[in-house]
Amino acid sequence: MEKFENVSGVAAPMPLINIDTDMIIPKQFLKTIKRSGLGANLFDEMRFDDNGNEIEDFVLNKPAYRKAEIIVAGDNFGCGSSREHAPWALRDFGIKVIVSTSFADIFYNNSFKNGILPIVLPKEQVAVLMEDAERGENARISVDLENQTISATDGTEFKFEVDSFKKHCLLNGLDDIGLTMQKVQSIDSFEEKYKKSAPWV
Amino acid sequence: MSAPKTLYDKIWDAHVAHEADDGTCLLYIDRHLVHEVTSPQAFEGLRIAGRGVRAPEKTIAVPDHNVPTTTDRVNGIDNEESRIQVEALDKNAKDFGIHYYPVSDVRQGIVHIVGPEQGWTLPGMTVVCGDSHTATHGAFGALAHGIGTSEVEHVLATQTLIQKKSKNMKVEITGSLRPGVTAKDITMTVIGETGTAGGTGYVIEYCGQAIRELSMEGRMTVCNMAIEGGARAGLIAPDQTTFDYVKGRPHAPKGADWDAAMANWADLYTDEDAHFDKVITIAGEDIAPSVTWGTSPEDVLPIDAVVPNPSDFEGGKVDAVARSLAYMGLTPGQKLSDIAIDTVFIGSCTNGRIEDLRAAAAVLKGKKIKDGMRAMVVPGSGLVRAQAEEEGLAQIFIDAGFEWRMAGCSMCLAMNPDQLAPEERCAATSNRNFEGRQGRGGRTHLLSPAMAAAAAVTGKLTDIREFN
Repeated sequence: MEKFENVSGVAAPMPLINIDTDMIIPKQFLKTIKRSGLGANLFDEMRFDDNGNEIEDFVLNKPAYRKAEIIVAGDNFGCGSSREHAPWALRDFGIKVIVSTSFADIFYNNSFKNGILPIVLPKEQVAVLMEDAERGENARISVDLENQTISATDGTEFKFEVDSFKKHCLLNGLDDIGLTMQKVQSIDSFEEKYKKSAPWV
Repeated sequence: MSAPKTLYDKIWDAHVAHEADDGTCLLYIDRHLVHEVTSPQAFEGLRIAGRGVRAPEKTIAVPDHNVPTTTDRVNGIDNEESRIQVEALDKNAKDFGIHYYPVSDVRQGIVHIVGPEQGWTLPGMTVVCGDSHTATHGAFGALAHGIGTSEVEHVLATQTLIQKKSKNMKVEITGSLRPGVTAKDITMTVIGETGTAGGTGYVIEYCGQAIRELSMEGRMTVCNMAIEGGARAGLIAPDQTTFDYVKGRPHAPKGADWDAAMANWADLYTDEDAHFDKVITIAGEDIAPSVTWGTSPEDVLPIDAVVPNPSDFEGGKVDAVARSLAYMGLTPGQKLSDIAIDTVFIGSCTNGRIEDLRAAAAVLKGKKIKDGMRAMVVPGSGLVRAQAEEEGLAQIFIDAGFEWRMAGCSMCLAMNPDQLAPEERCAATSNRNFEGRQGRGGRTHLLSPAMAAAAAVTGKLTDIREFN
């Protein structure tokens, strides 16, 4: 995984609540056996009409947001299916940060494993950033993961929380499996004891 | 004496293989279920890194999402991408030596129906799958939840998952259900109460008399939709109903192992005075046969209610409801029981078990579906299908005018050819009414199997209490 660098860029406003992973990447694109190339179909049914033409007023089709690196979203972003195709599609499109008041659990975890930082902020702070995002290219939002801050265009800075292990992995582009493999002795000894106490498993 | 623990605490504690200073744990996984859609990239990752599957004997694969459910599927899958995905699973299962139920096997079906049916899912276990409806297995008092593909790869390689513990939430359903009210109505009513994010950060334990009175099939329906309430997992403490269901299944413990397991399982309950971070209590008597009207599972109401008005809501929900109603083609104030239906889908990991088919068949016996109605039953597994045929249920469905299909996920997520056309309105026993879920522009109303069957006959959403 690539290391997560600080981001400063245009943010796309998506105030709709409960944006689910079926919206982010509809099922017809789950038939791939690869992780790459899904950005072309990100938000497919909201972004394109039946003939594959762009729907003009969808936010990511507007000139200001075509290269957005941040999404400021309504509550409960990423709910529904566990499909990791959702963060694959977002990252492939170029999204590195998503801000919301809340994220669905599985989507939240999947994001970190793909170089995307989901940031949870209180409602009032999301509202400030949403307003910024609505100003398009006239506004830039900056994210500093090391210091756990996100800044609005006028410099107002908000602190955010992030799990220390997840932050460490994101900043250093670390592979979870490699890290766990270093603890293989713990797994071995757990398994040995467990086999005795629960032989039917 | 140690502090009182919840059932979740106990299962968690029994599976921590390593704990770091910051509380990040390696949770040992007892069963890893795999299907064709979320696993190919994980197996590819193993191959690239030269890694194997650590515990193939604890890993079970079955194709379900993509498979056609028409009987001619024995001739192969027409859709090339679907076929490639299923073939990839065939190959991965063989190469890595994991248990496999191919499309041709009578035991094939939806992964969350096959696991319990074959006795892979047992009380006290940790169960994961690259599918959000893994929550289903919580019905056995197992800690079960969905994971992403990176985590699938992690579990394949290490048999563990990197996790931090969730909070405890209790959902108690007191008393008994009224006639016509089912497990599906319980789980949808709970989501209506908590909202789709109400469970975020929690593992839910469902308890109370109405839960205890449910069969295992019903309990699976309840836990299945825990994810729709945002919870990591849903759990129900095992009891005699659970043990009776498990005993004798192909992969359930036998002989001395069974006795040892039973002794261990006797401790799988929440201690008195254990702490819950959140508690919801609903009287079973207050739960009505329910349907969804919008495009989120939280958009649920009793069947005798009317379509709400966006102005009834607050905050971001106002716009979301306006968007939902436009998508669903509904008008505020319209009676839910007046909504005309084009299609009925009975099946899915929520309601594709034998008890669900019995409930639907009981409604349909001696009746015909409305002219022009498209109706299908997709049993959750080949064995459910065989049992339904043996019990005469299949014939009831066929006589009523339903299509009698082979097992798979089918129109729940419409990855196979079973899809809705734009604006086609479907009464579905599945779990998600999201925009486009059952096909682009398709309109989904979630309900119980009996209510779905009644809708097929009357041609509209129907109060099962008034149906005869």
